[in-house]
Amino acid sequence: MLDDFMMRATLAGIGVALAAAPLGCFVVWRRMAYFGDATAHAAILGVALSLALSISVFAGALVIALLMALTVNLLTGRGYAMDTLLGVLAHSALAFGLVAVSFLSGIRIDLMAYLFGDILAVSRLDLTVIWSGAALVVALIGWRWSALLTATLNEDLAYASGIDPKREQLVLTLALAITVAVAIKVVGVLLIAAMLIIPAAAARPLSRTPESMALVAAGIGSVSALVGLRAAYIFDTPAGPSIVCVAALIFAALSIAGSVRTSTQ
Amino acid sequence: MSLVCVDDLSISYGAKAVLSHVSLRIEPGEIVTIVGPNGSGKTSLLRSIIGAVKPARGRVTRGSNLRLGYVPQRLHIDPTLPMTVARFLALPGGVARTIIDGALAQAGVPNLLNAQMSRLSGGQFQRVLLARALIGKPQLLLLDEATQGLDQPGSAAFYRQIETVRRDTGCAVLMISHELHVVMSASDRVICLNGHVCCEGTPEVVASAPEYRALFGSGTMGALALYRHDHDHGHDHHHDHTEAAE
Repeated sequence: MLDDFMMRATLAGIGVALAAAPLGCFVVWRRMAYFGDATAHAAILGVALSLALSISVFAGALVIALLMALTVNLLTGRGYAMDTLLGVLAHSALAFGLVAVSFLSGIRIDLMAYLFGDILAVSRLDLTVIWSGAALVVALIGWRWSALLTATLNEDLAYASGIDPKREQLVLTLALAITVAVAIKVVGVLLIAAMLIIPAAAARPLSRTPESMALVAAGIGSVSALVGLRAAYIFDTPAGPSIVCVAALIFAALSIAGSVRTSTQ
Repeated sequence: MSLVCVDDLSISYGAKAVLSHVSLRIEPGEIVTIVGPNGSGKTSLLRSIIGAVKPARGRVTRGSNLRLGYVPQRLHIDPTLPMTVARFLALPGGVARTIIDGALAQAGVPNLLNAQMSRLSGGQFQRVLLARALIGKPQLLLLDEATQGLDQPGSAAFYRQIETVRRDTGCAVLMISHELHVVMSASDRVICLNGHVCCEGTPEVVASAPEYRALFGSGTMGALALYRHDHDHGHDHHHDHTEAAE
């Protein structure tokens, strides 16, 4: 079954969608969209370094994404507004990454594969890495779910319940770095934030509790991966962007349906 | 034994000292109110008790396994976060349905279980926050301007609820308020704070203290007149704020 490249691609897409759904909900609730984007962009520097050092792209991207996220955490609240800080760090990391790749003259690199993903080239090993990473992210967020929710609602409420919001922030940071690292192959660094945010945002009008929103987001993400890959096969379009397009169309449809329902109530 | 001991506490944010050399104790079952002008360090004091602020010097000692209930000054729930009252009350641990029902009844809003938090009126929202603080059966209830945004009958009813809760559960209450006349009438002890403890004592003692008059002005003493309200009189405010949940 795994011999079919379409099957491997589909499983890879669903794996990323499942990890991105609960994490994406927190990214939306905590208004960390730009933070997710910055971490993903930094990963291209990790890709360049791994290619230069001949180590696994996954490991390189994970380390750099983690460093990026920790740096942002550390610098927050020290003079610059969060979005300014992220703008500086994200685009610098992306630029340094692109420049670093250009030094790697010995290796011919298809940069597009890392910017927009190369899901149709997912190998069995890639699939193992993606599903392991996704399982780790889901387990991590599931384990800290209630504490994360409390810290997201209000930091003082968390402290009063004996929860350290800074530690919960670190949990999210770690989950984000892992998700970025496993999603590079699937949608590429430029579209990772889309996989985080769009399914979660699309799930909002259908949800009454945080848990249902995460589950619905996982469903929407998986459907997007399935339908997007099918469409890419039929219309011969790039696979990663096709997945994001389907997610965006679902978001638009649900938003319109949601506002129609609200206005007729 | 005291529930909380604050010894010679100083707090600063960067170079700015917010509190210096504050010492106080909270005893079981008492209602203590902190009054003071804006920026006098009231919220910082409360946040240091829940462990959200590290003291620059001095220490905050909580009784071992002290159960805290905390009602924050303001709670903004992002509109992208769907949250029913029942789910909110069950955070962070799992809480049995009967306990949730009991806490909502105790806070005076028994029928809101399935309402979305974003649909609540201001008064309902504050009472749901109170209910959540009551769920852990706190020995000490901390309220940071819990009636902000409520009209006068609403906040008077809210503080009566606090007195009822204290009577029923025996918990101590430490609260911050701007509504001096309402709050002081319900307090056993008042602490007047302005970066340090200006004066403290029973409401009568504090109201007549020169430090208190200097802060709040004897000119306003008419408006902020202190009265002990009569527990026998029969105003019934329990019917307010029950409409908006649908």
